[in-house]
Amino acid sequence: MMTPYPEMVKKNRKKHLIIKDEEAASCPQIEANTRTIPGIISQRGCAYAGCKGVVVGPIKDMVTITHGPVGCGYYSWGTRRNKARADDTTSKDKIYSQLCFTTDMQEPDIVFGGEKKLARMIDEVVAAFHPRAINICATCPVGLIGDDLGAVAKAAEERHGIQVLAYNCEGYKGVSQSAGHHIANNNVMEKIVGKGTERKPGRFVINLLGEYNIGGDGWELERILKEIGYTVNCVLTGDSSYLDIKNLHLADLNLVQCHRSINYIAEMMEAKYGTPWLKVNFIGIDATNQSLRQVARCFGDEELVRKTEEIIERETARVTPTLDQYRKVLLGKTAFAIVGGSRSHHYQYLLRDLGMEMIIAGYEFAHRDDYEGRQVIPTIKTDADSKNIPELHPVPDEKMYKEAHVHLNMSKEKFDELNAEVPLNYYEGIYPNMKSGQIIIDDANHHEVEVLIQTAKPDLFLSGVRDKYIVHKMGVASKQLHAYDYSGPYAGYNGAINFARDVAKALTTPAWKLITPPWEKEKEKRSESDA
Amino acid sequence: MLECVPEETVSHTTGKINPAKTCQPIGAMYAALGIHGCLPHSHGSQGCCAYHRMHLTRHFRDPVIASSSSFTEGASVFGGAANLKTSIKNVFTIYNPEVMAVHTTCLSETIGDDIPNILKQAEIPEGKVVIHANTPSYAGSHITGFSNMCKAMVSYLAQSDGVVKKEQANVLPGFVNPGDMREIRRIVSSLGIKLIMFPDTSGVLDSPLTSRYQMYPEGGATVAEIRDSGNSEVTLALGAFASHDAADILQEKCGVTGIPLKLPIGLKATDDFIMALKDWFGVEVPGALTLERGQVIDTLIDTHFHYQGKTVAIFGDPDHVIAMTEFALSMGLIPKYLLTGTPGKEFEATLNKMLEEAGIQESRVKADGDLFDLHQWIREEKVDLMIGTTYGKYISRAEDIPLVRFGFPILDRAVHPLMSVVGYRGCLRLIEQISNALLERRDRDALDEDFELVL
Repeated sequence: MMTPYPEMVKKNRKKHLIIKDEEAASCPQIEANTRTIPGIISQRGCAYAGCKGVVVGPIKDMVTITHGPVGCGYYSWGTRRNKARADDTTSKDKIYSQLCFTTDMQEPDIVFGGEKKLARMIDEVVAAFHPRAINICATCPVGLIGDDLGAVAKAAEERHGIQVLAYNCEGYKGVSQSAGHHIANNNVMEKIVGKGTERKPGRFVINLLGEYNIGGDGWELERILKEIGYTVNCVLTGDSSYLDIKNLHLADLNLVQCHRSINYIAEMMEAKYGTPWLKVNFIGIDATNQSLRQVARCFGDEELVRKTEEIIERETARVTPTLDQYRKVLLGKTAFAIVGGSRSHHYQYLLRDLGMEMIIAGYEFAHRDDYEGRQVIPTIKTDADSKNIPELHPVPDEKMYKEAHVHLNMSKEKFDELNAEVPLNYYEGIYPNMKSGQIIIDDANHHEVEVLIQTAKPDLFLSGVRDKYIVHKMGVASKQLHAYDYSGPYAGYNGAINFARDVAKALTTPAWKLITPPWEKEKEKRSESDA
Repeated sequence: MLECVPEETVSHTTGKINPAKTCQPIGAMYAALGIHGCLPHSHGSQGCCAYHRMHLTRHFRDPVIASSSSFTEGASVFGGAANLKTSIKNVFTIYNPEVMAVHTTCLSETIGDDIPNILKQAEIPEGKVVIHANTPSYAGSHITGFSNMCKAMVSYLAQSDGVVKKEQANVLPGFVNPGDMREIRRIVSSLGIKLIMFPDTSGVLDSPLTSRYQMYPEGGATVAEIRDSGNSEVTLALGAFASHDAADILQEKCGVTGIPLKLPIGLKATDDFIMALKDWFGVEVPGALTLERGQVIDTLIDTHFHYQGKTVAIFGDPDHVIAMTEFALSMGLIPKYLLTGTPGKEFEATLNKMLEEAGIQESRVKADGDLFDLHQWIREEKVDLMIGTTYGKYISRAEDIPLVRFGFPILDRAVHPLMSVVGYRGCLRLIEQISNALLERRDRDALDEDFELVL
């Protein structure tokens, strides 16, 4: 695979690949979250995509204005499938996430600065739409020409009396989308979280962080969690509202689904409010059941545990016969997943439910902790690219800070017991869940994907739309794990059925058997008989 | 749907809400894919390249391969020369294209990277070609970017070997689908005329599935062909916004006569295209084309009552809207709102003249507009039909107006990139789509007693 690479590239890329060895005591070090080599065809996007596209774009009742030339706002408009709908506090006319707002900077704005244009656009947006709050996201040229977004936002706040948040998420920052997640987390935490005072009623109030409601995943999870008896305070940021995020700190426990994109807020809330967080995975039946049991365990309430078991039993029994049907088709099939920063790990469980195995797993923009576990964080060296992203260290809030056991309404001793059983505030990474001989690859590029497919010949390739059709041309089925090929939800119980159905279709669609024209088959037969 | 959009018309003078255009580099990337064996290269941060590949892939549902200079903050401060040189080395070593077509981004343009100078210093392997286009995202639109890459093909590659020209035609097809480019080739070939078409994405973005992946598929205009375009007698430049500039440069550089035309969408524009070829080369129009034309006329007469007199909003790329408006007038439709996101006075001038000649008053025409403008107009006075890109679907649903998908991008329907809207066959396809959209609406809305078998 490394053969055609120039020496420098070879040296670099070797460090981004590890092979699981179950004999080895610990996970070998993988290089991650470092620069993509120029000229290499990578899957990665930029900080703007991570900030606006992933984290803040889905907040439904905020107008998000992209400050820059037209493209960035345009491409991140409606393409991530973050579904949103009206709820008790946000009516339909307060939902803006299906619209695209961009300052559409022109040459004179680049030359003379774009601050005035941005301020004017904010004024017009407020007059026309009356949003509760506004996000402004920076694009590459904004940082270079020195537009002071913070100052524009502050002045606009004074003029309009609503919050206006400025995100300095210029595309060139960091090395991938990941930088943008961090920038978004910082701002949301610093400027929005903690502003509210209304705790939603309920004994077990939780947040679901890092769930973006793609294809309705968040709604399926809310369905299950609510039925068990939880109050879902806020899903961050899928179908979330500014109002809910203001009250984020009023929950007892944070569940973290996508660790990569949201661990910063989980960690900062732990520091500022003492809120414990639990890494969960609701992709796959076994994974969902295990996560639900762990969440219930966190509250140490017998009735909650009983109800959890009841729902687990009912839902598992409901979906198992259907999944068993799909298993017949899928058993023994292999898959690659090269996607995002959390999903490859999540989908290992669902694939195993279906009798499939993920033989190669990779991430676009993960950090070492997503591969190796959070224990490596203190050993990760800060380089020039990550140094530019502010690292916030909030101190405990004077009024709102509570010890974790107080949040969970249990004694310190009970909490310690819990913590020994259920790993709170921790993520083990993807490595422990891999099997010997399976490959982990970071920031895989076009050439590597091509070689890996030709050599390992998977039955299914799970990735994004840019890879999808390349893989099809090779004769291999492919599903998009960012956009789910416009299906979903894939999370929870109903999601597992949807995924199984979609994958079974992808593998068995009749056209796969029709690739060779009959006249070519004739030729092949003839040459075989000649031989 | 879109309940947040204010009922009353509001002041909207700054920026864009629901833009009807995107940025230059994606157009340059698409044009570059129409060169055989070419790897488009985005000189900027990697997010641009990722977004453009994503968007083109969604429209074409085929592989879109391109590389990036992957700027980090350092490159943004100190300039991207080192990134581009490294890129060139890596691209030719690892991906081995025939051509690398570099386009800039707002980042590298704002920094002021001097691409020709960097290319001079770069190590380009013997026999390989690197071309470049400046495509600042803060000017024009994706159509401008497409046009700029077409210009770069001419500036870098086209050569005139002598005064005597070859009896062959160049066609600059504009920002159209591979299916359209195939149809243009079929029409020109049926006239017995030798053709050089560039860019040509047929065979690149409509490639077959054979289980054997080719990073550089069979299609695309070869470098030799683009070089030879300087020896052609004539260039037919289809579309004022996407193609005319490149034809002008070819005329200036190599003395190839440029004939500016509309995109051959609709009856009249197809007639003009065929007549231009016939007149220049003195060929006879084959009976097969006459037959096709006759079929269009037959269909127009047979179906006119399905659509005649209906009001229509047409939006999208300027060359598409201009040609489609002309065809809509031939069909007896009333173009009520005509809008493009691409800036350019020529758009408004051309369409206003067209409307005036057709005696249509009180229509609105706007270049550099957005879909929020269009929605506000529609809220003021509704139309019967919308023709344009996928982005119109929100207004279509909110206002309950049928939408015929046309142009770029279409992200929610498939197969369209392999079909054509150009030529006479394209006319039939458009008539069918327009007619069906209105008839389906009539069927949907009909009372039981008015629901009819034959329409």
